[in-house]
Amino acid sequence: MKFAALIAFIVLPAAPTAAQIDLTGTWARSGQSDNVNAVEPVDLLGIPVNEDGRVKALSYDIAALSATERQCQMYPPFYAISGPFPLEISMVREPVTQKLLAWKIAGWGDRDETIIWMDGRPHPSKYAPHPHGGFTTGTWEGDTLTSVTTHFKLGDIKRHRGFSSDRATFTMRFNRHGDILTVTGILEDPVYLAEPYVLTEVFRLTTNPNGFPLTACETIEELPRLHEDPTIAPHYLPGQHPAMNEVTDKYNIPLEAVLGGPETMYPEFRKRLEDRYVLPPPVGGGN
Amino acid sequence: MSRASGTIVSAVGAIALGFAAQAHAQRGGGPAAPPPSPRAAAPIDVTGYWVSIVTQDWRWRMVTPRKGDYEGIPLTPEGRAVADAWDPAEDEAAGEQCRSYGAPASMYVPGRIHVTWEGDRTLKVETDAGMQTRLLRFGETAPPPDTPRTWQGFSIAEWQTPRPNVPLLLRPAERTADAPPVVPTGGSLRVVTTNLRAGYLRKNGVPYSENAVLTEYWDVYERPNGEELLTITTIVEDPQYLRTPRLVAPVFKKEPNGAKWDPTPCSSTW
Repeated sequence: MKFAALIAFIVLPAAPTAAQIDLTGTWARSGQSDNVNAVEPVDLLGIPVNEDGRVKALSYDIAALSATERQCQMYPPFYAISGPFPLEISMVREPVTQKLLAWKIAGWGDRDETIIWMDGRPHPSKYAPHPHGGFTTGTWEGDTLTSVTTHFKLGDIKRHRGFSSDRATFTMRFNRHGDILTVTGILEDPVYLAEPYVLTEVFRLTTNPNGFPLTACETIEELPRLHEDPTIAPHYLPGQHPAMNEVTDKYNIPLEAVLGGPETMYPEFRKRLEDRYVLPPPVGGGN
Repeated sequence: MSRASGTIVSAVGAIALGFAAQAHAQRGGGPAAPPPSPRAAAPIDVTGYWVSIVTQDWRWRMVTPRKGDYEGIPLTPEGRAVADAWDPAEDEAAGEQCRSYGAPASMYVPGRIHVTWEGDRTLKVETDAGMQTRLLRFGETAPPPDTPRTWQGFSIAEWQTPRPNVPLLLRPAERTADAPPVVPTGGSLRVVTTNLRAGYLRKNGVPYSENAVLTEYWDVYERPNGEELLTITTIVEDPQYLRTPRLVAPVFKKEPNGAKWDPTPCSSTW
């Protein structure tokens, strides 16, 4: 029997199969794009927000995160790309058959874990609860893993700038090239985005986790004024964000671009800036 | 080796040889059929018009950043000194206004690319921003001697099916001896570019040297709504000016035609 099986193994032609590549390990982000940057509070450059998304972003006061009820509010799954920490990916096996049941992307202190179910289960009803990490399924397309996440909570998508709603969908493509993993993230949101928001991040396999483990969150008194008066809800009224012109002042980039929108992410938008943009002084004020 | 296992090995060898002989006979005993051309063997279609989606690094790509802004790029001290000496007027006067449109940066420049086959072994990549042309050559191993250095360098392309050095995760059913070997579908385009003229990674004079090596992986994704995205994982290695490789992945979206194609010459200042 074994003899026959061995012969069959040798002579049968190779079958094209949806191969499953191994993604396990800790992947350190290159961090060479501005995905993680959060210097100026109003910066929607290249983010395809719609009018509601812009209003939401401009009303946001980061002090809101210090309110007791928001301190343990996590970032949405999109933060896997726009956040600063490595991706720690492991397998979850079906206990009896040992088949791959799911991929798990470990959580960080402020991003819940993502379980990518690979067993073909459907996404739940739109009325189902929305946990921080959402609900994610995955499929193989060739040797690329594609995951789709739904059912996550409202949250900010680029370090306190734009927001996604609880009706958003987040797709990730995992392309592995040796020890390089490129993740292309596509966020779609009928509430706050006019077009899909696409970001990429490049990761390298590493033996140094250097992460920020997910632990139980405990609230503390961060801003005394919020604890002394729990009726305060930090926000800015329309047109009153104090940092509205910060990017324009610092980089000479017109406010029209700073306020984002789908048109700002296409090359032809440069034509609207060409006659208005003046190169700002060098960093550090030199020549 | 035991007598039983030796018998098995001999039998397997004989069968394998028999199959090889049979295959040879079926081809009429003549020379083996040539492999399909790179164009015919393409596992993904990268041809067409593609537009940059500039959702990241906007202030470093859509406008000329201020001098000395090399945030995010792991420059060596020598690289920083070169960047700090950037003079766009001097570049323009010297006819060097295409320095920021070389291959290590050209896919990051906001614009459109048009990818076509030039014959069966070369992909041609044209850019409207800077009006550059890259030739991605399959089946080459090195630039011919005395090939002059250019902004786009000499690019060697290969299809990766399956991607090498990527461990496969086999289901238990695929590990049994009577299962056919797994061959991954899909694929990627790998391009390695050398023989470059020294240029800029960023418009404001952040340098790469002529010895830089650019490695790219082109991956295509067709979304459920029919929209196609192209992600180009870009790795620039340059020990002279970079402490660690430059790692970014610009994204393009496919367009139905060239209606928005807008050829614009290189510029040092805009």
